[in-house]
Amino acid sequence: MSADPALPAPARPSSLTDRFSRGLQAPICLTWELTYGCNLACVHCLSSSGRRDPRELTPAEARGVVDELHDLQVFYVNIGGGEPMIRPDFFDLISYAVDRGVGVKFSTNGTMLTRERAATLAGMDYVDVQISIDGADAATNDDVRGRGAFRAARQAMDNLAEAGFGPFKISIVVTRHNVAQLDAFERLAESYGAQLRLTRLRPSGRGADTWEELHPTQEQQRTLYHWLLDRPNVLTGDSFFHLSALGEPLEGLNLCGAGRVVCLIDPVGDVYACPFVLHEEFRAGSVRDAGGFTRVWRESELFTELREPQSAGACASCGSYDACRGGCMASKFFTGLPLDGPDPECVHGHGEAALEQLKLQPVVVPHPGPGHSKTRKPTAATREPVFLTLSRRG
Amino acid sequence: MSPTTTAAFDAGLPYELHPQVAIRPEAFGGLAYHYGNRRLTFLKAPMLVELVEALGEYPSARAAIDTHVPEPRRPAVERALSGLLASEVIRVR
Repeated sequence: MSADPALPAPARPSSLTDRFSRGLQAPICLTWELTYGCNLACVHCLSSSGRRDPRELTPAEARGVVDELHDLQVFYVNIGGGEPMIRPDFFDLISYAVDRGVGVKFSTNGTMLTRERAATLAGMDYVDVQISIDGADAATNDDVRGRGAFRAARQAMDNLAEAGFGPFKISIVVTRHNVAQLDAFERLAESYGAQLRLTRLRPSGRGADTWEELHPTQEQQRTLYHWLLDRPNVLTGDSFFHLSALGEPLEGLNLCGAGRVVCLIDPVGDVYACPFVLHEEFRAGSVRDAGGFTRVWRESELFTELREPQSAGACASCGSYDACRGGCMASKFFTGLPLDGPDPECVHGHGEAALEQLKLQPVVVPHPGPGHSKTRKPTAATREPVFLTLSRRG
Repeated sequence: MSPTTTAAFDAGLPYELHPQVAIRPEAFGGLAYHYGNRRLTFLKAPMLVELVEALGEYPSARAAIDTHVPEPRRPAVERALSGLLASEVIRVR
């Protein structure tokens, strides 16, 4: 989404923001994860991907979803996974979508983006490619994404550049270990004529187990905020709106869009409030239900509830509430914090204080479970069928 | 703004919805998506959606505004059209 004169000033509560909070006829930003299969095993994977799920949507069902998105005038879809290029019908499906006027932006780790495929993509209209890396060098990147991942991603970028694809995107999840490389990421993007995209690490999927050691410190958050403020052209998918409490609002809508302007369709067709809440509590329905995706989006109990006015709870007395609106629902949920309180990374430290409070007692922290991870660590979470674990934190 | 934007909005000229733009009506107004530059723009009033879609049928933007927009809102609507021209939601005919 871009800055636009027809938009209100960001973050200030406006009738438009309020309207968005109450939901739309169809999502503005829809993420569709095509498969849980992945040839990497990133330690922060939001969807705990690894193995394909036998229940994944068939090619015919997937085309049916595209038809629905076309009818709903969803202008583009953000495709991810897993590694979406693993699906044998990947190219058929994105061609089908583009032909129906549903633009495709897809995220890939680049390992399967050969020269031939780069050339195919370069010949398609309305397809954007986003290559994920999490470090500006192999050491930093591969610590998170696995050995060889950096080299493969760079090869994919080279292939796109060579094929004349045009400005692709380089997408980075900001961690404690790569904040110092922001300028290096910017130089890398510039060297390809690519667009830089930074997003926020959430304690979702396998990220639940690595968030504590990977999420940026308060000082790093401030550095990031000022860096982003100086670079309105760096894309963020609106993910750092909790930083707007530091002062001038960042670009974007600055609200939690879960179930209001965004949602997720997972590989088996389940619809969740956002890509970071793959948990039964935030499952609104399935595209396989009667009425399909449209009915889930417009009528599901969960989404209806999310579109009602939300309580500011413990944040009500904070002068920054209008700026950050309490932050990210997924981050609160998977750290065990109440949804009507501060974000765990609240810039005023209210989240850290709340997490300290949690440490004082054994508390049930919702856990995303092992998901489709290939290697299951013998943790309490994997033994517990309802994906809840007793955590004493720290 | 797009580098292809050349002229400022002039209500005396004829405009039309850009052929690469699709509009999805919403209760607050509508979403305009430009398939060429991939930009999403919010139209903040249903009346603005109606106006933008009708622009092509009038000899000038002013004629369209006079028909579709109540007088007190005309200056605001002209400013909105100026923004929509800059983001290529509308173009000179």
